[in-house]
Amino acid sequence: MLAVSTLVFFMIRLVPGDPIAAMLADSGSPEAREALIRRLGLDQPLLVQFWKWFTGVLQGDFGASIYGSNQPVANILMTALPKTLSLAFLSFVIAIVIAVPAGIISATRKNSAADVGVSLFAFLGLSMPDFWLAIILIIIFAANLQWLPAIGYTPLAEGLWPWLSHLILPSIAIGTGFSAIIARMIRSSMLEVLQADYMRTAAAKGLTQHAMLIRHALPNALIPVVTVIGIAFALLISGAVVVENVFSIKGLGRVLIQGIQNRDYPVVQGAVLLVSAFFVLSNLVVDLLYAAIDPRIRYS
Amino acid sequence: MPLLEIENLTVSLSQDGTETTLVHDISYSVERGEILALVGESGSGKSVSSLAVMGLLAKALRVTSGTIRFDGNDLLALKNEEMRQLRGRDISMVFQEPMTSLNPVRSIGSQIMESIEENLGLSRAKARQRAIELLKEVGVADAERRLKQYPHHFSGGMRQRVMIAIALAGNPKLIIADEPTTALDVTIQAQILDLMARICRDHGTAMILITHNLGIVARYAQRVNVMYGGRIVESGSARAIYAEPRHPYTDGLLQSVPRLDQDRKVPLRPIQGNPADPFTPIPGCRFHPRCPYTTQICREEAPGFDDGLACHFPLTTETREAV
Repeated sequence: MLAVSTLVFFMIRLVPGDPIAAMLADSGSPEAREALIRRLGLDQPLLVQFWKWFTGVLQGDFGASIYGSNQPVANILMTALPKTLSLAFLSFVIAIVIAVPAGIISATRKNSAADVGVSLFAFLGLSMPDFWLAIILIIIFAANLQWLPAIGYTPLAEGLWPWLSHLILPSIAIGTGFSAIIARMIRSSMLEVLQADYMRTAAAKGLTQHAMLIRHALPNALIPVVTVIGIAFALLISGAVVVENVFSIKGLGRVLIQGIQNRDYPVVQGAVLLVSAFFVLSNLVVDLLYAAIDPRIRYS
Repeated sequence: MPLLEIENLTVSLSQDGTETTLVHDISYSVERGEILALVGESGSGKSVSSLAVMGLLAKALRVTSGTIRFDGNDLLALKNEEMRQLRGRDISMVFQEPMTSLNPVRSIGSQIMESIEENLGLSRAKARQRAIELLKEVGVADAERRLKQYPHHFSGGMRQRVMIAIALAGNPKLIIADEPTTALDVTIQAQILDLMARICRDHGTAMILITHNLGIVARYAQRVNVMYGGRIVESGSARAIYAEPRHPYTDGLLQSVPRLDQDRKVPLRPIQGNPADPFTPIPGCRFHPRCPYTTQICREEAPGFDDGLACHFPLTTETREAV
């Protein structure tokens, strides 16, 4: 995270274009420009700017947006975060709900019509860009059928359905590709596990097919899949960045993109830091999950 | 009526459009409470024929002819569901690889208990009690604590004890032990086999003991079937086969393991050549390329199975000593 935040701090300043131009456009007089630069502290050496920002972050102060309202970055992020988290969570749920049964079915009925169907779905799911699927979903379910709202976001506090109805389409758009990856992983992992000696032992006990799959095969097959899920969490966040824009959800992705467009340095820095924090967190969760599903791993 | 009666069983492998016969027309029976040994090298068809009894043949394998009768029921005529109910409850199995035959992510207790619950219909608490008794019976000390442990906490010999406990869980009438000690240290082998023999005696359970070590057979089994190239080449009482092997292959198997009743200076004589490959057709007696007594007729004509033996020139006391 230290590396990421340092990198972002300097990279955003390397990108052509400066915030002053973005804010004042052509109207600003040279004096106004000077004043603004001084007020924002952009006249100081880069290392001094970095030190100020960095020590601020350590104290929980992410600075304020230098654009428009001058809102504290922490506030901006806190209003955006629940939206992105809701989206990521629901996408995740949708992906798992599709992927686990699909992976199991295609592994147990290898080369059957169901298996081919799942492979085809996985192929399409991986090939379709999130934003394209998002647009198609909007056209079908929001514009034509008018079942669901096309844009916006309603907090969960205002009721489950309003919250859900705004999130279903974007979640499907993000979750489809994700589920394709997981389904394929589960399939190959299950195929391997089904050949294991302990599956033969389970069969010799006279267990039902269902018990063999759920109790014996799945827990073993999920061990490698959990790693992939952890890594693929990156896809959820990057998917959210694009898809939030399609659905006009003012989440982290939109904050980030607007920040970059406006060269709003503190906002971009804060948002990237938050996203990287989620990566670290998801890796931690994966490690903890390992210990939960594989008794051979224990952290003491 | 024997407990298990196999008649003219033939098992074939279908692969890439060709069919290869792995088990040729074998017949044998197992009496209640009896220990029968199936002896032979790798690829002799001993495991495949026993997996056929369990209905656990791999997908590419198929019983092409013959009958398997267990307790009066024709097993090959049973539906999948009926066969499933029979597994674990009437016939159970102990496998060769204790290191990989237990599920690594589930506790020992849950793996024993699920068999008890499935096959005896006991409640969870009673199943747990029964699992503790079983573990004690197979010689796992501190059973109550070990119940909560996982396979990686157990050594190979201990895991095989757990496998035996699982095999016993459904109170089966027949246990098929497929090379139960091959993967274990020599010192542990005798312990495990003693344990299995004792359990069979105590519970009146019959056992098919599959092994490639003819040396251990005499001590545990009442009767022996020697298999070669997918066929039974000699069968008889363990005592008779051990004392007076009539088939040159049986004799070769005995010569290739150390015996306590022989002068230590007599060198071990391995059987020449490699086990018969089921994919290469061999005319005549399948053992003839490796047999020291081969004559023209052995190369041309397969011997019939008669009086517990399939050989054109059975060994006699004189011929055995001449070599």
